Amino acid sequence: MTYIGQPVKRVEGADKVTGKAKYAAEFNVPDLTYGYVVSSALVKGKITSIDTSEALALPGVLEVFTHENRPKTAWFDMNYKDMDAPPGSPFRPLHDEKIKYSGQPIALVVAETFELARYAASLVKATYEQEAHETDLEAHLAEARDPAVGVASLLKPPPPKPRGNADMAMMAADVSIKARHVHGPQHHNPMEMFATTVEYGKEDKDGKPYLTIYDKTQGAYNSQLYVAQIFDLPFSHVRVISPYVGGGFGSGLRPQYQLFLAVMASKALKRSVRVTLTRQQMFTFGHRPNTVQEVELGASSDGTITAIKHDAKAATSQFEDYTEVVVNWTGMLYDVPDTTLTYKLKPLDIYSPLDMRAPGGVTGDHAIETAIDALAYELGMDPVELRLKNYSEKNWTEGDKPYSSKELRACFYQGAERFGWKERNPEPRSMKRGHNLVGWGMATGIWDAGRLFARAEAILTVNGKLRVSSATADIGTGTYTIMTQIAADTLGMPIEDVIFKLGDTEMPLAPFQGGSMTISTVGSAVKQVCEDLGKKLLKLAGKDAKSPFYDANWKDVTFFDGELRLKKDPHVSMKLVDIVALNGGRAVSETSTSMPNPLVSGKYSKHTHSAAFVEVEVDEDLGTVTVKRAVTAVAGGRIMNPRTARSQIIGGMVWGISSALQEDSKMDHNYGRFMNHNLAEYHVPVCADIHDLDVIFVEEHDDIVNPLGAKGLGEIGIVGMPAAIANAVFHATGKRIYDLPITIDRVLY
Amino acid sequence: MNPFAYSRPDSIDSAIDELVTEPAAKFIGGGTNLIDLMKENIEKPSRLIDINRLPLTDIVELPDGGLRLGALATNADTAYNPLVKERYPLLSQTILAGASPQLRNMATNGGNLFQRTRCYYFYDTSMPCNKRKPGSGCGALNGYNRIHAILGTSDSNPLTTCIATHPSDMCVALAALEAVVRVEGPNGERTVAMADFHRLPGNEPQYDNTLQPGEIVTAIDLPANGFAQHYNYLKLRDRASYAFALVSVAAGLELEGNTVTNARIALGGVAHKPWRKTEAEELLVGKEAVAANFRPVAEKLLEGAKGYGHNTFKIDLAKRAIVRALTEAVTMQKATPQ
Ligand SMILES: Cc1cc2nc3c(=O)[nH]c(=O)nc-3n(C[C@H](O)[C@H](O)[C@H](O)COP(=O)(O)OP(=O)(O)OC[C@H]3O[C@@H](n4cnc5c(N)ncnc54)[C@H](O)[C@@H]3O)c2cc1C
Ligand code: SF4
Repeated sequence: MTYIGQPVKRVEGADKVTGKAKYAAEFNVPDLTYGYVVSSALVKGKITSIDTSEALALPGVLEVFTHENRPKTAWFDMNYKDMDAPPGSPFRPLHDEKIKYSGQPIALVVAETFELARYAASLVKATYEQEAHETDLEAHLAEARDPAVGVASLLKPPPPKPRGNADMAMMAADVSIKARHVHGPQHHNPMEMFATTVEYGKEDKDGKPYLTIYDKTQGAYNSQLYVAQIFDLPFSHVRVISPYVGGGFGSGLRPQYQLFLAVMASKALKRSVRVTLTRQQMFTFGHRPNTVQEVELGASSDGTITAIKHDAKAATSQFEDYTEVVVNWTGMLYDVPDTTLTYKLKPLDIYSPLDMRAPGGVTGDHAIETAIDALAYELGMDPVELRLKNYSEKNWTEGDKPYSSKELRACFYQGAERFGWKERNPEPRSMKRGHNLVGWGMATGIWDAGRLFARAEAILTVNGKLRVSSATADIGTGTYTIMTQIAADTLGMPIEDVIFKLGDTEMPLAPFQGGSMTISTVGSAVKQVCEDLGKKLLKLAGKDAKSPFYDANWKDVTFFDGELRLKKDPHVSMKLVDIVALNGGRAVSETSTSMPNPLVSGKYSKHTHSAAFVEVEVDEDLGTVTVKRAVTAVAGGRIMNPRTARSQIIGGMVWGISSALQEDSKMDHNYGRFMNHNLAEYHVPVCADIHDLDVIFVEEHDDIVNPLGAKGLGEIGIVGMPAAIANAVFHATGKRIYDLPITIDRVLY
Repeated sequence: MNPFAYSRPDSIDSAIDELVTEPAAKFIGGGTNLIDLMKENIEKPSRLIDINRLPLTDIVELPDGGLRLGALATNADTAYNPLVKERYPLLSQTILAGASPQLRNMATNGGNLFQRTRCYYFYDTSMPCNKRKPGSGCGALNGYNRIHAILGTSDSNPLTTCIATHPSDMCVALAALEAVVRVEGPNGERTVAMADFHRLPGNEPQYDNTLQPGEIVTAIDLPANGFAQHYNYLKLRDRASYAFALVSVAAGLELEGNTVTNARIALGGVAHKPWRKTEAEELLVGKEAVAANFRPVAEKLLEGAKGYGHNTFKIDLAKRAIVRALTEAVTMQKATPQ
C-alpha cells in the first residue's frame, strides 16, 4: 500500500468536527483563574495614573497587574527575542508607563471567573498624557529608510544591488509603463482567538515552578524559549503544548502578549491562569503591513522587457524593523539586465507587522503582475505570451542560480487550456453578460520552497503500532495527515497502525510552522527517522544467525504490509510486530535529525510557481465585482495528498479574492487606531462570494528540494490571485484600479 | 459586561411594570444585538427582562386586509411565513438580505427595530461618541466614516454631532410599506407610524427612536397594500452576504400598463432612519416606468445629501441604486448581485 499521493482524509478530521480536538483555551485544568486584558485607548504617550481599586475591591478578583506592580522579568532585550524576532527591541507587555501603540495591553485583571475578570477590567481607569503620533505611512514616505539587518534577514534577503542602469534603459525603451499601488494593513484574524492556559505545577527546591502551557502558537519551542528566557526558568520547567491551532496564517509565528501575561500572572499568583484575547484585541498585534509600491517597466516593441524598477516602502513599528521580501520576486520572475529593486521601511506608532500568508509575496506580486498586464496592453501582446517571452531560467537575485525545478510554463499552458483563455477578446469592455461587464485576467505566482533543520522520533510499540512525533504544528494545512502518510509508506504499514503527534516541547525539536516549509522540513525528518528505525528493525530481525535476514543489507529489503521482506524473494518476510518481540518486550525507538545539504541544495534556487486565471463580472453602474470563476495551476513538486493540497490552494485562492476585493484594516489616523476591529466590519469572503474555483497540479519532479520531492503549498495559492483579479477588472472595465481592496467606491470613482 | 439581574415575566403588563420600576433594565429578545453591546460595555443594563415568554410570536391577518407581525416572531419565521411571502414579498426579500441565517433565527422583529448603529466609534468605548456618551464628541465626523450617513445628519455642534446610520434592512422595507408599530406602556396602548418611529439625531443623538420610558413594542402592522407585483430590495455592500448595507433601496410600485400609479421608495444605509420622501415618490405618479423618469426621483430623494469624505461616494451610489432598484421592480428581473 502506498499512501503518498493519495487523497487520504484528514486523520484528525473526526476529532475536529466532534469537538474532541482541544485548543489552547479549552484545556481545563483544576483551580483555573482567568485573566482579562485592558487595552490602551491612547496611541502614543504615557500613562499618568492607573486606578485599579474598584476592580480589586470586587470579591473574587485576585490581582490587577499593571506596569506599576508587575513582577520583575528579564532585563535584556535579548531575553525577549523569540525565534522570529526581527532586528530591534521586542515589545514588553506592562513594561513601563509608555504607550507605543493603540490597543497596547496596559493591565491584566485576574479573577476566579472569566466573567468577573471581564467586568473588573471595565472598572480599571487610566489617565494618559498624549504625545504627537505618526501612523500614516503615505504622509511619511519621504522618511523611509533602509531596514536594519539581523538574523531574520537570512530567511528574508534584502533586495539585490541594482544591476545595469534601469533609468537609462527605461529612457531607451520602446514602450514603458508606470504604476503606484497602495496596500492597506490586514489582520490575520484566524477563527481561534489567541489564548494561553498555564497550569501551575509543583515547584523545585529553589521555588521555581514547573509550568505546562497550552498556547496558541505555530511553534511550541518558540513559546518555550520565550517564556524560559523572560521568566528565568530552566527549559525543563516549561512544557508548551499546542496540538491544534484554529488557524494561524502567520499570526502564531511569534508569541503574543497573552502568553507573557498568563505566565507572569501564574508565576506571581502561584495559580493556573488562562488569558484569552477578544476579537477586538486580535487587532492589537502583528498584521500585514501597509505598503506603497512603485513599478516601472520598459520593453522593446517585440515584447522583451529591457528595464525594471520596483520600489516598496512599508510601515514597521518604532521598536522593530519587520521586513518582508516584496520586490525580489520581480527579479526572480523577470531576468532583466537593467533592474533596480528597492525596499525601505518607515517606523510608525503601531505594533510590529508580522508574517501573514505569503508575506511580501502577495504584495509584490500584485504590483509586478499588474504592471506586466499593463505592459502587455501597451505592446498589444497577450499577457501569457509576454510572460513566456520573458521567462526566467535562473534567479539573478540569488547570484544566477538555476531553479531546482520550475514548471511554470506548464502552469501557463494547462491553466490557460482549462480556463479557455484562447477565447479571450483582449479588448477591454468587449465581453458582456446581461448588464455586467465580463473580464478575464491572469497572473503568475511565485513562492519559496525552503527547508530547515528538524528532528523526529519514531517508536514501534510491542503491539506493532508506529508512533512518530516532532514538535511541529498543524495550523490546518494537513500536517498530521501527510506525516502519517509518509511514516506509513516508509515502513510499509497500514495507515491505521500509524499515529503522528506534534505540538509539544517534550517531542523532538522542529521549527515553527511557517513559510510553506513544513512538508520539506518535517516531512524529511519523518522519512529519515522511519528509515533509521527500519534499519534498527532490520538489525534486530537479522540478529539470529538462522534468520533469513542475517546477512541482508538495507538495500536488499523492503517494508510492505506490516512486514519486512527480502526484495529478491518477497515470500521471505517477517511481521514487524514479531521483530519488536525480539527486543525483550520493549518497543524499538529512534530519533533522527534531518537537514538540507547546503552543498547540493545551496546551488539552486528553490521555488513554487503558479498561474492564476480569473473571470470577474463587474456591474459598472453599481461598482460591484464578483469573481465568477478562477483556475490556478500550481507547480509545487510532488503532491503528497491531492485532497489537502487542493484545500490549501483553494484556501489561498479564497484569500486572494479577499485581499483583492474586501480585506482592509482601517486606521483612523486622528487616533492611530484600527476602527473596523471586528468580523462584522473587517470583511473576509462568505460562501456567497465564492463561486467556481479550480486547481491544477502540474507535474513537477524535483530531487533537490528534499528527499520527498515535495514543495510546500501553504502560500502559493494566494500569491497570483490579487493581480489576476485586478487584471480581470481592467479587462472588464478598461479602468486600472491600483490600490487594494477593489471596493465599490474604487470601481466607481 | 456588568453584573445584571434577570427575570422572565409571563405577561406584557408585568414586563412593563418591571421596566417602569427599574428604568435601567432592558428587554431582551433574541439578544443578537444587546448581548454584543453588553460585552463591549456599551449597554450596561441593571436587569435583563427576558420577554421571550410573552405571547407575541404570532403572525395574524387583520380585518382590513393587513397583517400583524408579532414583536417576538423571529426574522426567519417572518421572512418565510407564507402570508408574508405571498403578500409582502418585499419584506421577505429584505429580511433575507440581512445578517445570516443563524442571526435571523434568533433575531426578533421587535429587536430588529431597536438594533443600534454599527458606527465604529459608537462600538469602541475608547473613542468619543455623542450617541454613546452625550457631549463627548463625534469620532466619525473627521474620522473613518465610510459607512456613515449622508442625509439628515447633525453636524453643526460638536457636542451633538452624529452622522450614524440605522443599520436595519427590515426597517427599510417597513418604511416603504408604511407599517405601523404597536406599542404598549404604562399609559396603555398606542400606535406609531414607521416614519415616526425612528428619529434623526438632531440635538439628542443618544435617542434612536421615539419610544417612551416603560414602553414595549408588541407588534408591527402591515397595511393591506403589499406592492406584491412590483417590488425590489437592492442592497449594496462590501460582500455578497452578511454585511450591512452601504446603500440599500426598498421599492414598491403599482403600475397600470407601464404607467406608475403608486410608488414607495425607502433608502437604508444613508441616514439615522430609513429615508423616505413622499415628494420624490409623487414625481413618479402618472409617469412612465422608465429609467429616464427614475433619475429625477433619485435626485429628489438625495436632495441635501452631504458627504463627509470617506462616505461621499454614497450620494451618487444611492442615486444609481434607486434607478436600478426601480428598473428591476418594473421588470421583476433581478439580476443584480446582492
Ligand atoms: C454580525 C451581525 C450582522 C448583522 N447583519 C445585519 C444586516 O445585514 N441587516 C440587518 O438588518 N441586521 C443585521 N444584524 C442585526 C440583527 O438584525 C439584529 O441584531 C436583530 O434584529 C436584533 O434582534 P434581537 O431580537 O436579537 O434584539 P435584542 O438584541 O434582543 O434587542 C435589541 C434591543 O431591542 C430591545 N427590544 C427587543 N425587543 C423589544 C420589544 N419588543 N420592545 C421594546 N424593546 C425591545 C432590547 O431591549 C434591546 O435594546 C446583524 C447582527 C450581527 C450580530
Ligand atoms: S456618528 Fe454618531 S454614533 Fe458615530 S461617533 Fe459620531 S456620534 Fe457616535
